Amino acid sequence: MQRIGVFVCWCGSNIAATVDVDAVAQAVKTEPGVAFSTNYQYMCSEGGQAIIRNAIAEHKLTGIVVCACSPRMHEATFRKTAATAGLNPYMVEIANIREQCSWIHKDREKATVKAIILSRAAVAKLNLDSPLTAGETPVTKRALVIGGGIAGIQTALDIADAGYEVDIVEKTPTIGGKMAMLDKTFPTLDCSACILTPKMVDAAAHEKITLYTYSEVEKVSGFVGNFTVDIRKRARSVDADRCTGCGDCMEKCPSKKSKSEFNQGLSNRSAIYIPFAQAIPNVPVIDREACIKFQTGKCGVCQKICSAKAVDYEQQDEIMTRRYGAIVAATGFKTINLGRFEEFQYAQSPDVITSLEFERLCNAAGPTKGKVMRLSNHETPKTVVFVQCVGSRSTVECGKTYCSKICCMYTAKHAMLLKEKYPETEVYVFYIDVRTPGKGFDEFYRRAAEEYGVRYVKGMVGKVAEENGRLRVQASDLIADKQLVIEADMVVLAAAIEPDPSARNLATLLTASMDTNDFFTEAHPKLRPVESPTAGVYLSGVCQGPKDIPDTVSQAGAAAAKVIGLLAKDKLVGNPCVAGCNEPLCNGCSACELVCPYGAITYEEKTVMDHGVREQRRVASVNEALCQGCGACTVTCPSGAMDLKGFTNLQIMAEVDAICR
Amino acid sequence: MPINAESGEFKPMIVAFCCNWCSYAGADLAGSSRLSYPADVKIIRVPCSCRVNPLFMLRAFQRGADGVIMCGCHPGDCHYTSGNYFARRRMALLFSMLEYLGIEKGRVRVEWVSAAEGQKFAITMNQFAETVAALGECKRLEDLRCQP
Ligand SMILES: Cc1cc2nc3c(=O)[nH]c(=O)nc-3n(C[C@H](O)[C@H](O)[C@H](O)COP(=O)(O)OP(=O)(O)OC[C@H]3O[C@@H](n4cnc5c(N)ncnc54)[C@H](O)[C@@H]3O)c2cc1C
Ligand code: SF4
Ligand code: SF4
Repeated sequence: MQRIGVFVCWCGSNIAATVDVDAVAQAVKTEPGVAFSTNYQYMCSEGGQAIIRNAIAEHKLTGIVVCACSPRMHEATFRKTAATAGLNPYMVEIANIREQCSWIHKDREKATVKAIILSRAAVAKLNLDSPLTAGETPVTKRALVIGGGIAGIQTALDIADAGYEVDIVEKTPTIGGKMAMLDKTFPTLDCSACILTPKMVDAAAHEKITLYTYSEVEKVSGFVGNFTVDIRKRARSVDADRCTGCGDCMEKCPSKKSKSEFNQGLSNRSAIYIPFAQAIPNVPVIDREACIKFQTGKCGVCQKICSAKAVDYEQQDEIMTRRYGAIVAATGFKTINLGRFEEFQYAQSPDVITSLEFERLCNAAGPTKGKVMRLSNHETPKTVVFVQCVGSRSTVECGKTYCSKICCMYTAKHAMLLKEKYPETEVYVFYIDVRTPGKGFDEFYRRAAEEYGVRYVKGMVGKVAEENGRLRVQASDLIADKQLVIEADMVVLAAAIEPDPSARNLATLLTASMDTNDFFTEAHPKLRPVESPTAGVYLSGVCQGPKDIPDTVSQAGAAAAKVIGLLAKDKLVGNPCVAGCNEPLCNGCSACELVCPYGAITYEEKTVMDHGVREQRRVASVNEALCQGCGACTVTCPSGAMDLKGFTNLQIMAEVDAICR
Repeated sequence: MPINAESGEFKPMIVAFCCNWCSYAGADLAGSSRLSYPADVKIIRVPCSCRVNPLFMLRAFQRGADGVIMCGCHPGDCHYTSGNYFARRRMALLFSMLEYLGIEKGRVRVEWVSAAEGQKFAITMNQFAETVAALGECKRLEDLRCQP
């Protein structure tokens, strides 16, 4: 039998004005198990807590009910109070007689009766409480960052600087992501490579950071503090330890017809290649699909030419198993496929390009050495039309409903860069709205429109058609309310961005959730923006939603701070209100496993006593570190074997009974 | 539940199961916004709507409840990602069975209330209490052995 103390709070007049607190304290005295009851002005104050502590000692209480404000407010406070007085902190129940009683009812009599009933229910529940201890698990002090764009690099650097080991897994042969492809960056127009490559070097040189490029995450198991991850290191066919990065192989490779991914297909590369000059690591990889040796068995030029003897055709994929305390998703984005936007003729005309292709054309290290030219005839364009919101804020099926957020700004940047290189060029920008919320952003856009004479036209481009070697652009000018026809030499499409296609599979591996657009969802859109709802999984960069570099870097730092906070702990204290299987009742049907969103349930062969008969059979077992305590399994279980600690079937029934009395 | 001896006014007995993360917080918000609803509604806190066993609802009716409502996070917003979907399906089944047993449809309800929807919580409870009050006492499942 419990010895319960009931403490009714006045909350100043918040409760006492509408609820007769003394009557409540008197009424519960006769409830089973109640050994003591009292009321006080502010239970949560030091004075109130002292009353509780003293009563626990004096009346040898085994549990307490506090009739006060919402448990969401002070449950934690009173659990601590109980703990300091030597009680198990889970032998505490709260009757919410403020938010759910005194504040919403005016009639003192009704409110008092209701407060008594709510307190009775809490007492009934407490009678069936048992002491719970939260499990502790040690934390593996190493983090995994998936994706080596600016987001992943920054997160890794910040974690490593705090003294923790970090691995970066990047699926392409180099880190750097999209930022490495950009020419100059808004709003300051500093050169992207100049600010990014030092960070790439820092990451590679950092003693706490290990890079796994050309690698992918293949399997994830475990839970916060203790993930086990299988990483597939794809065969580069080049021994990174021997390679000096001289580049002789690339030069001599006879297969030179593959499209350069880094240059957005605007130039070709050899079968053995380094994506770009500052790539990290500076070690080539053989694209086996394009390699003559791999396809026909003849060739082997690169192996012969390599003085370091680094080329290794026999190299195999390698699976490494590593343990981590925290995982950060930083998988970034890609631009959407424009093939289905037929009105823009992207697939048909070489002079219709995407903004990312335009970045490569502008870039001095790019395929045209920084000359902006028409790809059809290599001439400098005289009239260029930029189209914003291609596939963003769209209602058509192949588009995206959201705003890609970066296009207004980079289009203004492109227009200015173009005007700076070729002041005579006529530049049009078609827009739905120009959205420039950001420090120095609106000023940047106005400079394009006002100082550089870029012609901003509010309206959508309806059709682009090739005609006599030029592009006929039909568009509407919504402000002048007329149709425009522009003879252009180049059309640049600000394609919407979308999450990297591998993100969905990764989300499944991580049991992290995604929104309908496949962006990772955050644990709370406002208050927990860099955590995923899955404990121990964090989000960095565009994989969580469209962002520019300043926002990406801030989020990357925030994610790192969260990871550091986790890794700084030696042990994690879990939630003790987890499911548990009553083995003699379980028949191993698997129903519970199917509904558990966290994969917390597995099965074990065990010897159980079933009605006095010793039997070997399959029973469910809950991993308490994984279980989040939702209770889905408890209701699904047809045998009533699963129950949830802290919210047991009997406890909830007892509450029902106490209310319906 | 009891008909008030003096006024003759029928006061229904209503049990509301609320999930901790959304609807219980919504009820708290209704409270801190001072949005009133009948004192006949008593809330039981559960971690997730998927913790609500149909047996709990049956128990309430056996014990003389006149109406039972379950509130959870909006579909897609479940704190545990999918709990409310399970709850929704379970309740759909239970409600059709209850109707078969002669419990009027108006006595049971599922409503999604977010932590921000204090007003929706209060409006829901007002409406539900009104509907249940209009249906009067629910004796269909009452188990006399459960009487104290
Ligand atoms: C045309 C254009 C111009 C822009 N100009 C500017 C500008 O001027 N200023 C500005 O602030 N911002 C600009 N941006 C935005 C900027 O590019 C992004 O904010 C930034 O690149 C986001 O970095 P990220 O690391 O989140 O993503 P990414 O750069 O996409 O990096 C993600 C990385 O993760 C890797 N990856 C993906 N999936 C996996 C996986 N499953 N496993 C392992 N690795 C994976 C990718 O290969 C990639 O290396 C521009 C964007 C575009 C498209
Ligand atoms: S309570 Fe929820 S999280 Fe825990 S084992 Fe059951 S279904 Fe899984
Ligand atoms: S649902 Fe119940 S009976 Fe079936 S395996 Fe899970 S615990 Fe055992």
